[in-house]
Amino acid sequence: MRGLASPPLTEAAPARSDIATAELAEKVDGAARRRLGRSLSIRQVDAGSCNGCELEIHALNNAFYDLERYGLRFVASPRHADVLLVTGPVTANMREALQRSWTATPDPKWVVAVGDCALDGGIFKDSYAVVGGVGAVVPVDLHIRGCPPTPTALLEGLLALLEAPGGR
Amino acid sequence: MAELTATRTVAKDAALSQPLDAPRWQEFGEDLAAGQKTLVDLWGDTDRVHMAVTGPGHAGIRVVSLLCPDKRFPSIGRTHPPAIRLERAVRDLYGIEPEGLPDQRPWLDHGKWPVRQPLGKRTASAAEGDRYSFLPAEGDGLHQIPVGPVHAGIIEPGHFRFTASGETVVRLEERLGYVHKGIDSLMRGASIDTAARLAGRVSGDSTVAYATAFARAVEAALGVTISERALWLRALMAELERIANHLGDIGAVCNDAAFALMHAHCGVLREQVLRQAAAAFGHRLMMDRVVPGGVACDLTPEDADGLRRLASEIRPRFRHLVAVYENTASLQDRTVGTGKLVPALAQQFGAGGYVGRASGREHDARKAPGYAPYDALAFTVPVLSEGDVNARVWIRIRELEQSLGLIDQLLARLPAGPVVTPVIASSEALAQGLALVEGFRGDIFCCVRLDAGGGVEACRLRDPSWFLWPLLEAVIEGNIVADFPLCNKSFNCSYSGHDL
Repeated sequence: MRGLASPPLTEAAPARSDIATAELAEKVDGAARRRLGRSLSIRQVDAGSCNGCELEIHALNNAFYDLERYGLRFVASPRHADVLLVTGPVTANMREALQRSWTATPDPKWVVAVGDCALDGGIFKDSYAVVGGVGAVVPVDLHIRGCPPTPTALLEGLLALLEAPGGR
Repeated sequence: MAELTATRTVAKDAALSQPLDAPRWQEFGEDLAAGQKTLVDLWGDTDRVHMAVTGPGHAGIRVVSLLCPDKRFPSIGRTHPPAIRLERAVRDLYGIEPEGLPDQRPWLDHGKWPVRQPLGKRTASAAEGDRYSFLPAEGDGLHQIPVGPVHAGIIEPGHFRFTASGETVVRLEERLGYVHKGIDSLMRGASIDTAARLAGRVSGDSTVAYATAFARAVEAALGVTISERALWLRALMAELERIANHLGDIGAVCNDAAFALMHAHCGVLREQVLRQAAAAFGHRLMMDRVVPGGVACDLTPEDADGLRRLASEIRPRFRHLVAVYENTASLQDRTVGTGKLVPALAQQFGAGGYVGRASGREHDARKAPGYAPYDALAFTVPVLSEGDVNARVWIRIRELEQSLGLIDQLLARLPAGPVVTPVIASSEALAQGLALVEGFRGDIFCCVRLDAGGGVEACRLRDPSWFLWPLLEAVIEGNIVADFPLCNKSFNCSYSGHDL
């Protein structure tokens, strides 16, 4: 009965991020978008993160954000994925695993680098154990900044990926 | 000898000037093996090794050091297995050889760094990767299941090598180190501010606990007394962090038993905690809010009301979820009797947090050695002895309830005053400080050494997972492969905190 009296938890979709959209405009291949349609399977890869980004990515699945309503869902294997959502400064010990995950992801594919560390290694960039940002290992289509980015920031970035200029 | 006592955490540098000799070092190893002491940590330094131990009751922590002019020291792991991985890491990072260590394989060094012994000789390496020999398991019809480092879910990376007989796990071996970021080396020469930010990113789920451990160690080193209000705000954030993590993990354990309903409801409550944390302290995970000298933000009366409302809203809704957990036979069927950790092992490894407390080890750093403001607050530390997944879930349920009670008390009696005290560099050549802080998954140990300019000379941060990961290998034995996710989630060890 409580369900009848109270509104749903799920909130309105956030505005599309202009910066993210602009970055995408340059990089995303329109033909690939047409082939995929408005539905993306995401494989998350932690390439060295502190786990902060993972917590916020997890939150996308809770009832407030409900990622799947946008046609976005997390999958268990890179072989099923259109998008690799990569976090962390890439550690030397994870470089090969990230490369292999990228190779295992079928074309066409996008790489979204999540968090300040994923941009350039962040606070860890000067370490012997860190290779750098995600872009040092695999080509990156979109960066979502933040330490960690909020679920809303993550959603904005992912929506921009779906609705890049030119549409499908 | 540096000592951390229940009443005073100041520990001026003495351990460095008065190192032990090798026979006395070995005596500590024998005491550990005999169960008279508990190993808190063992770590390397440029020319020596350090060990932190505690006696019965955890009243004080002693740090002892052994100079290693010829780059070797008598292995503690030889007689006390909880030290084995710590010593493998000392060898990898510092090139100091633990003599007699039963496991000669590297641990954090996968042969992928451009240097060997990055905190020792720093010899160049081709970084082509080393072969790693997993421990053998022999018998008819055994098969291996390699998992990771990239796992199926949204989780940190690590490798699990299962050897199974049919569905039953005969041996699990972990291989970790994938998210090693070289934090020890980044700490060296860092300013206190930078080091505090690094400490807050050792394990993102415990950012408040880590930042508090680092801040308290710095304050101990410099003899800084912070304001009462700052102490209480730190505790408020620490309890919010504990609640958020327990909510997430209680739901996730149930989800691994195919009971998504609990996961969904716990996820909603967790989100509400994070949102209130963001409103009150400006960051959902409260990163960089605890700083040496106090806290970086104050709490307004309106936000205090918001937190009060949050606690009062969570309480009845969580009670309802607990009833669901308790009364769902299909859930109980998966969690009761699964992944049993016997109390003797929990004791031997000094298992902290809910893992230790579900297996009869009654230790909580908030009580012993204890630190302010917890000495002024009423709360109990739940303990069970069954040691299964169910017991670990129940410890978390009870801890969450206690934390809600702590939040009420902290808000009701929050002292007025400033929230930050200036941290002034020591005039002494070196200052060393220790701290032990109860994070959600157990006690986090910090030992920091500051130079005369107020920079960090060395900082050691030990995650509770160092002693929990080996126990996960023990509890899965004899369980079916399908119960591993349950066992794993009920431990929820940190990869990043361990790999450092």
